[in-house]
Amino acid sequence: MKTFCSVWLLLSLVELSPAPPASQEPPLACTGAPDPAPPQPETAEDMASTGDLEPTHYPARRAAQVALHYLNTHHGSPFRVFGLQQVHKASAEDVAAGGRKYKLDFSVTDWGSGSAGPALRCSADVLFPRTERHSAPKVELHCEALQQINSTAQEDDAFYQKYISPDSTVSARDIPDSFGNMSEEMQPFWRLARVAASFIMLRESSENTEFNMAKVASITQQESSEEQLMLEFVVLLHDFPSQEIVQWKLLASWSPDRGVRVLQTEWQPRCPHATKPPN
Amino acid sequence: MILARKFYSSKMKGLLVLTALFVAVFGKKTFEGDQVLRITAKNEAQIFLLKELSEQEHLGLDFWREPVHESLPVDVYVPFHSLQAVRVFLRYNQIQYNVMIMDVQDLLDDEEREMVKYRTIPRSTDDFVYTAYHDLNSIYSFMDMLVAENSNLVSKIVIGQSYENRPLNVLKFSTGANRPGIWFDTGIHSREWVTQASGIWFAKKIVTDYGRDPVLTDILNNYDIFLEIVTNPDGFAYTHSRDRMWRKTRKPNSGSSCVGVDPNRNWDAGFGGGGSSSNPCTETYRGPSAHSEPEVKAIVDFVKSHGKLKAFVSIHSYSQMLLYPYGYTSTPAKDKAELHELARKAVSELQSLHNTAYTYGSVITTIYQADGITVDWTYEQGIKYSYTFELRDTGRYGFLLPADQIIPTAEETWLALMAIMEHTKNNPY
Repeated sequence: MKTFCSVWLLLSLVELSPAPPASQEPPLACTGAPDPAPPQPETAEDMASTGDLEPTHYPARRAAQVALHYLNTHHGSPFRVFGLQQVHKASAEDVAAGGRKYKLDFSVTDWGSGSAGPALRCSADVLFPRTERHSAPKVELHCEALQQINSTAQEDDAFYQKYISPDSTVSARDIPDSFGNMSEEMQPFWRLARVAASFIMLRESSENTEFNMAKVASITQQESSEEQLMLEFVVLLHDFPSQEIVQWKLLASWSPDRGVRVLQTEWQPRCPHATKPPN
Repeated sequence: MILARKFYSSKMKGLLVLTALFVAVFGKKTFEGDQVLRITAKNEAQIFLLKELSEQEHLGLDFWREPVHESLPVDVYVPFHSLQAVRVFLRYNQIQYNVMIMDVQDLLDDEEREMVKYRTIPRSTDDFVYTAYHDLNSIYSFMDMLVAENSNLVSKIVIGQSYENRPLNVLKFSTGANRPGIWFDTGIHSREWVTQASGIWFAKKIVTDYGRDPVLTDILNNYDIFLEIVTNPDGFAYTHSRDRMWRKTRKPNSGSSCVGVDPNRNWDAGFGGGGSSSNPCTETYRGPSAHSEPEVKAIVDFVKSHGKLKAFVSIHSYSQMLLYPYGYTSTPAKDKAELHELARKAVSELQSLHNTAYTYGSVITTIYQADGITVDWTYEQGIKYSYTFELRDTGRYGFLLPADQIIPTAEETWLALMAIMEHTKNNPY
């Protein structure tokens, strides 16, 4: 009661100012969910997209991007993230169970090693199932010389030792910032976010999507568990065909031994566009 | 006092205290004194209280980490005016917290150093910093300086006004009257910052090279060049002030809370088809009708009244592609063979500088079906050499391309533009 009275006194000293015009302030919470982005229709070329495909055209590229996400979920780390360099050959065929299988021959580079990094040649089968509700594509992947590229074990360990300590509470936003800047310290976290986001991008992909990670909105280190670095990310994904920015919150763990695992994911509406992911 | 007795309960009391301390402050310009608190709830009841706190919109709190579970810390951005109230609330309810960020303004000052460094207003286009991203005012000042420094060569035309009444400025590079013209635009999608930045560089390049580079000099002695650097100024301002990822115009849509139209789906070529959206809340919303956006209509009017444009290049990012019509149909363009071969040549020139890999082809086969796009319309107006660029990169940074890539991007792209201009000049029609 006493506290309340003294606080009430405080109130009388406080000034009020007018509310802003509604047009300038986006709503703090979006009311109502607008319709999700309509799925991309099949174009005439889609219908014909079996047999040999033009490697520079989008059907082959989208399938290769799916294979890339798969590669990153398996081999990505704070010091290794792959990017698609080029599709060399591609073909597609409809499969009996309903779905389309792409056969791809492509190259990737390791963004972790800068532009000087060698290209890695990969081949993959990517199956997009045709089910009523979306289900994740299935990928079989083989990259030559994967074991021979320079090991990042030393950097991984140093990074792990630095941040596994109980006092570590890394917290950051906007990686990179509006100008594309990212501190040295944040780069391994960005790569981890990219790898973790690859789990989502892989799962959400279809022949009508092409995902990249646009930005890491936030990184918050959680208390380590079972000797895993625990990180909560909010990532913005960019889908090319719809041009939508899709926001996901996720909880991921990492250690040099176990690699990246994604434990929880949650789609988050972005105001004023509360568009659901394309699928 | 009477109110307090009526609603007495420890939870409600806490809330009432907060409500009583209501201060509405909006339109604030600095973040001085704002803090970020890390709160540790010790039980479910405290989590509940924090959730209630998060619903007090008038406090202007921003939960960077929402109250979910007592084992997870709760991070909340607290504007200065609400600090007192929030602290009282936390203390009253015996909720532990510590201050994560003492003063947000300090942090922002650090972050802003990129632009603050260059806040000395450039006195000439030689002072201008081409290696940084600039805001709308800086870019408009640059244009005026360029015109003032090169008044024999450059003039500024205002082709219209944006929805929010910003001038739509086009730089005209001309060495004589009644010439056919070549058009470049950058920044029609506001989040594609490397394009506006490249546009600035192109403008300076033209005035620098005229009279020095024989190929460009020859082009300018026969053709005018028109360059619209900030084709979507409302969107661009919005990417600086509120949402870096904004793409569309800023025109409200009647009957919807969602704002903006995709200016590259608003053209009258295959308008309304499946490669655009009818939903105002989507990024590829085509608009209520073709040319409904003043930013688009201004260019349409300009093109029609000029009547003698011979090449039209609309510049976007990202994905490293050079594209020609069509986007709305898979029927090949009548001039496809020539456009394809010229694209091959332009890309080869581009790649020769920094080895940047580009793909090229028609819009619909290479990137996706897109209806109502700029270059389909310009092509159908008879402007044969109609191209769309997608500049760097291929997804690593995407729209957030680091500023140190502006000049390499602009330089290599310029080689491709020169190839297109040279071909246009050598193949009059």
